[in-house]
Amino acid sequence: MFDTISTILVDAISMGTIFLFGCIGETLTEKAGNLNLGIPGIMCIGALGGSYGVMLYSGGVADPANMSGFWLVLISIIFSMLFAGVAGLVYAFLTVSLKANQNVTGLAMTTFGVGFMKFFAKRIDMTNFVMASKYFKNLFPFSSDMGWFGKVFLSHGILVYLAVIVAILASILLNKTRTGLHLRAVGENPATADAVGIDVAKYKYAFIILGSAIAGLGGLYYVMDKTNGTTLAEAAIDSFGWLAVALVIATMWKPVVAIFGSIVFGGLSILAMDIKSLSFFQLKIFDMFPYIITVIVLIITSIFGKKETQPPASLGVNYYREER
Amino acid sequence: MKIERTKNEPLFHISKNENMTRWKALLVRVGGVFAALVIIGVMSVILIKQNPFKIYATLVTGAFIDVWTLLKDTAVLLIFGLAVIPAFKMKFWNMGANGQVLIGCLVAIACMKFLTDKLPDWLIIVLMIITSILAGIIWAVIPAIFKAFFGTNETLFTLMMNYIALGLVAYFSFAWDPRGSGNLGIVNLMTHHGWFPNIGNKYVLVIIVAVIIDIFMFVYMKYTKHGFEVSLVGESVNTAKYVGINVKKVIIRTLILSGAICGIMGAIFAGSLEHTVNTSICGSKGFTAILVAWLANFDPLVMVFTSFFVVFLNTGAINVSTVFQLKSTDYANIVIGIIFFCIIGCEFFIRYKIKPSQRMHDILAGIKKKSHKGKEGK
Repeated sequence: MFDTISTILVDAISMGTIFLFGCIGETLTEKAGNLNLGIPGIMCIGALGGSYGVMLYSGGVADPANMSGFWLVLISIIFSMLFAGVAGLVYAFLTVSLKANQNVTGLAMTTFGVGFMKFFAKRIDMTNFVMASKYFKNLFPFSSDMGWFGKVFLSHGILVYLAVIVAILASILLNKTRTGLHLRAVGENPATADAVGIDVAKYKYAFIILGSAIAGLGGLYYVMDKTNGTTLAEAAIDSFGWLAVALVIATMWKPVVAIFGSIVFGGLSILAMDIKSLSFFQLKIFDMFPYIITVIVLIITSIFGKKETQPPASLGVNYYREER
Repeated sequence: MKIERTKNEPLFHISKNENMTRWKALLVRVGGVFAALVIIGVMSVILIKQNPFKIYATLVTGAFIDVWTLLKDTAVLLIFGLAVIPAFKMKFWNMGANGQVLIGCLVAIACMKFLTDKLPDWLIIVLMIITSILAGIIWAVIPAIFKAFFGTNETLFTLMMNYIALGLVAYFSFAWDPRGSGNLGIVNLMTHHGWFPNIGNKYVLVIIVAVIIDIFMFVYMKYTKHGFEVSLVGESVNTAKYVGINVKKVIIRTLILSGAICGIMGAIFAGSLEHTVNTSICGSKGFTAILVAWLANFDPLVMVFTSFFVVFLNTGAINVSTVFQLKSTDYANIVIGIIFFCIIGCEFFIRYKIKPSQRMHDILAGIKKKSHKGKEGK
């Protein structure tokens, strides 16, 4: 029994990490007042960028069997963030500088990103990927000697711990620093922020790009860790991306809550595999649960909303100084 | 009087441009499409290593290989778009067209599957249409009620409703399938019970329905009191309240209309086009419809052209990827993405006027002076 629970927990954490990256990225973006519905596409672009980095590095070393794990992981993370960040820059340019409708721009980005990944995935040489994926997995080899504790908390790959660290850092940034205060001001009421001398456009650009770059890592994680470097062209990363957008709402724009929320969402997505007594089609019902939970949270927070559980007040509305 | 200028003066002055003529606006948009075509051309040359004009030609001819499919796809996308237009007009972001159509289709298929042989054929068809419209309405009106009474964020709510519908479809396509393969197959393949009558071929019906709804929506939005209230709520909720419009009622009523159109589309999928339901029936049409509706500036008549344009591009780009053996039809998504980025971007130049500021003039004058001096020195 205990074994089953710990297995479910391990799977839930590893699944939830995809959502966690996307969720932190989207939270930072939404705190700047921009609802980026391009996140699913941007996660796809991040997956492609990271895979490109893996291909470049593993193809460049003389003997792929002895590549340096450190450089491999670092280079793929940089590529993933770079690709996703450029996509974020395009979105930011269109919505902040050109004041385009955020929903429309985001959906166009998702269409583009999914197509971009699937198209170029066929051109990525994935021969060394399975070998490379072991550098992403199992950061602490001694975890197997440590019983259930090691299994649940220490058996994961490096990106899982990175996601948790990024979530905590994002939370500190939002709640404890002056930058975070300014950022929240921009998201709540850009006109007031502007009046006190905060550069609204600068904050929006910075956090849309940063958020996109972080979300891109979710795609990299899915390809190199979750599927052991085997799936890229067939990956349904965009459907995870929508769950990440849902998770932002379900966790009420709080990155630390998102760590636990991602485990719950991850658990609901993999429960299908771990409960043996239900037939396959009955398990399909579980796929809906994350979305139903999100809807319920959305309704409850809007009815009994305290100020801090609400979406940023200017979410989805572009700021134009001369418009009052 | 001399105006003191700060060092931080922006390089451009941006101001609202409210009196751009239709023709000029159209010209800017054409410019945007042209820019997109250049980008696509450059990208395609790098990827395919062929004369770009050959690629454009393949795109255009490819789109017209199967004219009926082209028209059918246009009609389908148009109906999706017509379903979201009235809601958007009052700034209610209905992202849930996919879910509303899917749930309508699911209910219609249920009628086909379980009422066959029990009721006469015409009654099944009538029931299919009624139930799927009701299902679509329910799916659309739930977020609308919460939006109207509690201000729940409708973009996110309708987005989630899509995936709940998707989950239900996935579940029932297993539950109703005797083989348990999760693929319902063509329902009533032998008996044709509940299949809508064929007019000419199976694509004509959807085209006729699209035309009827399009005209209805044009009249509704432009010449009725309802349509006027919708656009007033979209302009300003406070103004609408002040002149005595019941905003809650307008929101709910408009979303009932949205859901009903989606339900009709679901019934057509079930009865005429697909005769089955699965999770990929809608694809991402609900999202594309939002882009198409926005592109048409929420005008039902203009949307005929914008949905044709997008379907044309999609079909043509798929043909390019088969002719040049690109191994993937996702080339089409990249093309559509780039086109939309460019059109979205050029919209800025329609809505705003951009004037170089004095600082920009100073900088330019400085550069001119320098180059002048440089020349003199030589």
